[in-house]
Amino acid sequence: MANLEDLYREIILDHYRSPRNRGELPTPPAHKVEGFNPLCGDEVTVYLDVEDGVLKDIKMTGHGCSISQSSSSLMGSAVKGKPIEQVQATIDTFKQLMTAHETTLSKDTEHDDEVDLRTLGELAALQGVVKFPVRIKCAVLAWNTLRQGLEEIAD
Amino acid sequence: MATGQRVTSFSASRVRADIPLLARVVNGRTITYLDSGASSLQPRAVIGAMSRYYELRHANVHRGVYQTANEATEAYEGSRAAVARFINAPGGAEEVVFTKNTTESLNLLAKSWGAANLQAGDVVLLSEMEHHANIVPWFQLRDTTGIEVRFIPVTDDFRLDLTNLDELLKGVKLLSVTSMSNVLGTKNPIKAVAQAAHAVGALVAVDAAQSIVHELTDVTDLDIDFMAFSGHKMLGPTGIGVLWTRQRVLDTMPPFLGGGGMIADVRVDGFTPAKGVARFEAGTPPIAEAVGLFAAVRYLEGLGMENVAAHDEELTGDALTRLESTFDGRVRVIGPSNTNRGGVISLDVQGVHPHDVAQVLDQFGVCVRPGHHCAKPLMKRFNLSATARASFGPYSMTKDTDVLLEALESALKMFG
Repeated sequence: MANLEDLYREIILDHYRSPRNRGELPTPPAHKVEGFNPLCGDEVTVYLDVEDGVLKDIKMTGHGCSISQSSSSLMGSAVKGKPIEQVQATIDTFKQLMTAHETTLSKDTEHDDEVDLRTLGELAALQGVVKFPVRIKCAVLAWNTLRQGLEEIAD
Repeated sequence: MATGQRVTSFSASRVRADIPLLARVVNGRTITYLDSGASSLQPRAVIGAMSRYYELRHANVHRGVYQTANEATEAYEGSRAAVARFINAPGGAEEVVFTKNTTESLNLLAKSWGAANLQAGDVVLLSEMEHHANIVPWFQLRDTTGIEVRFIPVTDDFRLDLTNLDELLKGVKLLSVTSMSNVLGTKNPIKAVAQAAHAVGALVAVDAAQSIVHELTDVTDLDIDFMAFSGHKMLGPTGIGVLWTRQRVLDTMPPFLGGGGMIADVRVDGFTPAKGVARFEAGTPPIAEAVGLFAAVRYLEGLGMENVAAHDEELTGDALTRLESTFDGRVRVIGPSNTNRGGVISLDVQGVHPHDVAQVLDQFGVCVRPGHHCAKPLMKRFNLSATARASFGPYSMTKDTDVLLEALESALKMFG
């Protein structure tokens, strides 16, 4: 049986109650991208300020459940100030975490297809979400939106 | 119709004992099913009737001459007659079209009757509290024909705002409204609005998906022209719905889907559609589902819809009172006070998103529905993105509310 405590970790509730990097950036120069979950109505808007291959600043607005909004906040903290390549790698790692069955989660990197939780830092708090399959879409909303934004900037 | 003295033996605990699923244990707790607004649970009488049909009588309908084919046809048509009796259809079984669900019934209404009878400039009047199933088909029709879609507003106390009804009815050819909101629980004054709509020459359609299992339904008394509802919200199976309409209106409706069963004749130069309801039932229909619906109708008639309605009112009143006294404003009910309303209770829990509410409640085995409930215009009207909705069925009891309150307290604590 999946425990509610696996889902609602203290870090998650903390980011839900006091989201980091909340707000808007002037566009331009920043790029604005919106993401929706049409089924549950969750919304995330991401503002990206990319300069010289680095995600200089990121801000988010939106509304939705604790998982979608805390994931958005945790994402901002994880990628702000990082080179785009590293941001992309973090998106990959996080999405891999969300698609991984819980039994493949591992604390080491013996196997290539396993997620290295150590590289995720605070984001690892969201790993419990995979035990609640219907909530995965909440957790990945901000990340899909970020990826879309980066693609739009690259185009 | 059942009138006058009635010897009642209604007992929610007895109904509960008839529902196998209510014995299910979820997360270590016996299930507390409060999502009947989305889909009701089936008594053994319904499940058994469908099993017996498949075991003993299954054959395709309307074609064979052998024994079981005749029995299958009789069962299917018998269900139609039972539904007609249940809603007191003035023209009997010949006014009952079987569809897949309420959504398909409303689409049939828009795409058959609407496309044939409405033209650019005609107005279809809906309300702000409609389910998307009674909005989108009309927008689709607007986009192909140029009709106008208009909405009756909803008041701050969650009722239809009828102050400007005369103005709103100008140019209206069809009024299509819900008899009970799937979000607010509000029961609408169908008889009164139908009378006003008829006075300007409009026809009246009612989305009875919610009300069908919460009150006695009498289309003759309501004096309306169409009614749509689903089997699975009235203790029957999924996969079958009903569009009821008056015989004379039915005759003006062209076929919707083409194929077998809906024709009088097919030649190399064209076809002639069948007469009557068969015209709208192309292909092999949901036969076992009709058998299940038949059993559900008989079951509800056995309970007495007046008794079911009284039980629903008592249960709802108790829940509203206790939600207020227990939470002192931390849990807000998005819906009217306990008159002219049914057992659908939308909740806004302070500081807790509806999806999180539903997640915590699941831990207590409590089934509620989070989301916009396919009523986004209504959500927007009240500046909400979602609610957590608890809804009752004839098998619901105050002990379900006990668990709901306990679980809500836990959600508030966790996120507080």
